[in-house]
Amino acid sequence: MSALLDIRDLDLWLEARPPRRLLRRVSLQVAPGQIVGLVGESGAGKTMVSRVVLGIAPANARVTHGSVVFDGREITHLAHAQRRHLLGREIAFIPQNPMTALNPVERIEPQITDVLRMHLNLDRSAASARALALLREVHLREPEKILRQYPHELSGGMRQRVLIAIAFACKPKLVIADEPTTALDVTVQKQILQLIRELQRNSGTAILFITHDLGVVAKLCGHVVVMHGGRVLESAPASRLFASPAHAYTRALFAATPRFDRPGDALKPIPAALTQQLFEEARALDARDA
Amino acid sequence: MSINYLLKRLLWALPTLVGVAVVVFVLVRVVPGDPIAMMLPPGATADDVGRLRALYGLDAPIAKQFVVWMGDVLRGNFGTSISLRDGVGSLVLSRLPATLELVLVAVAAACALAAVAAVGAVFFRGRWPELVVDGVTGLVLAIPDFLWGLLFILVLGVLLPWLPISGRIDPTLDFDPATGFYLAETLVRLQWTTFIDLLRHMLLPALALALPLAAALTRVLKGSLIDAMNQDYVTLVRVKGYSKARILWRVALRNALIPTVTLTGVQFSFLIGGTVLIEYLFSYPGIGNLAIAAVNQRDLPLIQGLVLTFAVLFILTNLVVDMAYSILDPKVRQA
Amino acid sequence: MNAVVSSLRHPRVAFGALVLLALVVAAAGAPWLSAHDPLEQDLLNSFQSPGVAGGDHVHPLGTDSLGRDILARLIYGARPALIVAFVAALFAGLLGTALGLVAGYFGGRLDAAISRLVDIWMSFPSVLLCIVLAAVLGAGLHTVVIAIIVIDWTRFCRVVRAETMVQKSHDYVASAVTIGLAPGRILVSEILPNVAPLLLTLFTLEMGIAIVVEAILSFVGLSVSSGVPTWGGLIQEGRLYVNQAWWLMAAPMACIIVAVLGLNALGDGLRDAIDPVQSR
Repeated sequence: MSALLDIRDLDLWLEARPPRRLLRRVSLQVAPGQIVGLVGESGAGKTMVSRVVLGIAPANARVTHGSVVFDGREITHLAHAQRRHLLGREIAFIPQNPMTALNPVERIEPQITDVLRMHLNLDRSAASARALALLREVHLREPEKILRQYPHELSGGMRQRVLIAIAFACKPKLVIADEPTTALDVTVQKQILQLIRELQRNSGTAILFITHDLGVVAKLCGHVVVMHGGRVLESAPASRLFASPAHAYTRALFAATPRFDRPGDALKPIPAALTQQLFEEARALDARDA
Repeated sequence: MSINYLLKRLLWALPTLVGVAVVVFVLVRVVPGDPIAMMLPPGATADDVGRLRALYGLDAPIAKQFVVWMGDVLRGNFGTSISLRDGVGSLVLSRLPATLELVLVAVAAACALAAVAAVGAVFFRGRWPELVVDGVTGLVLAIPDFLWGLLFILVLGVLLPWLPISGRIDPTLDFDPATGFYLAETLVRLQWTTFIDLLRHMLLPALALALPLAAALTRVLKGSLIDAMNQDYVTLVRVKGYSKARILWRVALRNALIPTVTLTGVQFSFLIGGTVLIEYLFSYPGIGNLAIAAVNQRDLPLIQGLVLTFAVLFILTNLVVDMAYSILDPKVRQA
Repeated sequence: MNAVVSSLRHPRVAFGALVLLALVVAAAGAPWLSAHDPLEQDLLNSFQSPGVAGGDHVHPLGTDSLGRDILARLIYGARPALIVAFVAALFAGLLGTALGLVAGYFGGRLDAAISRLVDIWMSFPSVLLCIVLAAVLGAGLHTVVIAIIVIDWTRFCRVVRAETMVQKSHDYVASAVTIGLAPGRILVSEILPNVAPLLLTLFTLEMGIAIVVEAILSFVGLSVSSGVPTWGGLIQEGRLYVNQAWWLMAAPMACIIVAVLGLNALGDGLRDAIDPVQSR
């Protein structure tokens, strides 16, 4: 089966003084209906990968090598004017911070019906009905009331559910979720994750799930990609990765995760020597690819 | 925005009003140049002057005069104009609509100009339209409305006589107004020729008033728009598939209006003061023009009445700006 | 001081400084620069259009209704403009700066009182107040100067107050206090020099404003008497005959516009040039 999202050898440079290499020949595939977890520390480049796919990388960032193919279509260098027909409709996005992602001066309803009317050409009443149904699907109570409210009247968890509703509104083929639970309470995190899994099961949408939390990955993802320093270090089905991780860094990540069943254990950070080695490898790659 | 809040604001404004009244009252009585003497023919005796002065109550001590005047004002009696021999209240009311219409047209023009310039500059960020907008804004800001008025008279009124430079309406037109609000009336009654003529007369003075405000608005709005474009909600909307134009006009602009109104709100009330000079320049029959004539004539009751009127307009404008702010920001509206 | 000198390299500052220099030269050297006496009437040659014909009656900018040479009147007009600009800006600056320093440094009730005063003061419709003041005090340059000081000192006060509060939080103030310097001494010898660059830009901006106010007041007939030519007065005269001789109004307007633009450029340029030099 051909991949829905096929990223090959993606090279991203930031045009600054000095120029910085953000992505080093990153390759990643998401099959239709698959949930792929993209893990790594902050700064590993996992968010940057999603930004290139969505076309929202920084203005001074350049793709110098490689390709991004979505549903058989090359979208690497598309301008926003062309890309926007895919965005919201075939590729959707769940942002990280629910407190700032919604338009503060608009009510909830138009923020859901806009994509419905823009991409699916629904008329007013059809769009409103669908928006109501969507809010029910994400298990929000009193959805009629919420449609009329402003974002600041909702809690963080509620806003995140709205954002998820927006993402799934047009039944996209791929949803990119950028650390959607990081900004939420632990109890709410669990509910949101369950919701995402439920929606995915019902719709068969593929999900690229970006996170630094291995626990989340274990619960949700079928395939895992581990990144560090703009590189993909390991890519494997979740069962194999968790059973026998191949890369030293992956093993270190597991070791660093605190365990509930062993509360007295000391925390084990990623060894400095390992990080050092990884950076040196990256520099060697840069020299080779220059 | 509750009635309570509005009432509280109005109450707050009262001390300022009283303060303004006191200051002006005292100031004009220190005036060299006796309005009474100016009113009488040269052969008048000291006795005549004395009687006329008593008639206008100008022989009593200042404090008493003030109390009398305040009492009258509270009862709605603003005294009688010395130079024009008519009630100050009715004089002001007859001229006020002209000024209000002028200010409204100026505000509308300023907002429209600023919106187009700022959105255009941000849409074409980094390219020449942005530089043009920045340059023009800087130039316009440096030149006060008084000079713009003169420039317009010179260039568009005399050198290239496209527009009238004095008055409010062509006197030969057949126009029978029921109220002082000519522009509104002709619009409602669909009297297009007169409407156009009124607009042509208003165009230059309104533009002169509007330009400095438009420049200030453009600057602030542009900054706010750039800030808004960097926010998470704009990123989301991009990723939803909005076109660049829609992002600017429907999302960024709406949000950018809030800090813009906060920062420039006070400038709108400066427009009220600006009418004094602009109306004088263009011989436009509003209260600004009346004010200058009153000062030149040392017409005390009229000066006092006009200053009070301006102060009230000033305060009302600030109030309207506050209300606009609360309409724009849902968080404030529900507070 | 070095910052000021080096800022001359910036185009806006250079332009503004040039304008200022031209003003000073015109004002100081008026008798030597103008070929004619600005008050000399020549009724046979009234309303001459600008031109450089030969002979004794050369009027590069033409003549007005009484045959007076316009160029000479413009050059002489720089005098009241500059005097008013300088004196008004200076005293408005002194008053505003003093109150601003006090409000910013001492804080508390003193600051509250001064700030309240500034707020109330600024809610007066300034043009009207200006004109009423002028009517009260009578015609004359002193009136114009007083009107500007009375109305615009708040501009200095607000900015200086804010800047003082920023400076107050810096270490050098704390050390001065621990040494035991009196507040007055601290204000004058420690804080003021750091506020000074800002004052310079405010001063130049204020000069531009003063020139416009002077023009407005003389336009409305409330400045000096008709003897001394002022730019505003020239505009008023020119306005009467604008249909026959438009250059009568255009010439003084051009002077004012250039002066205001120059002074604004100087102020803006200085602020931008000095700001990055000062570490905040």
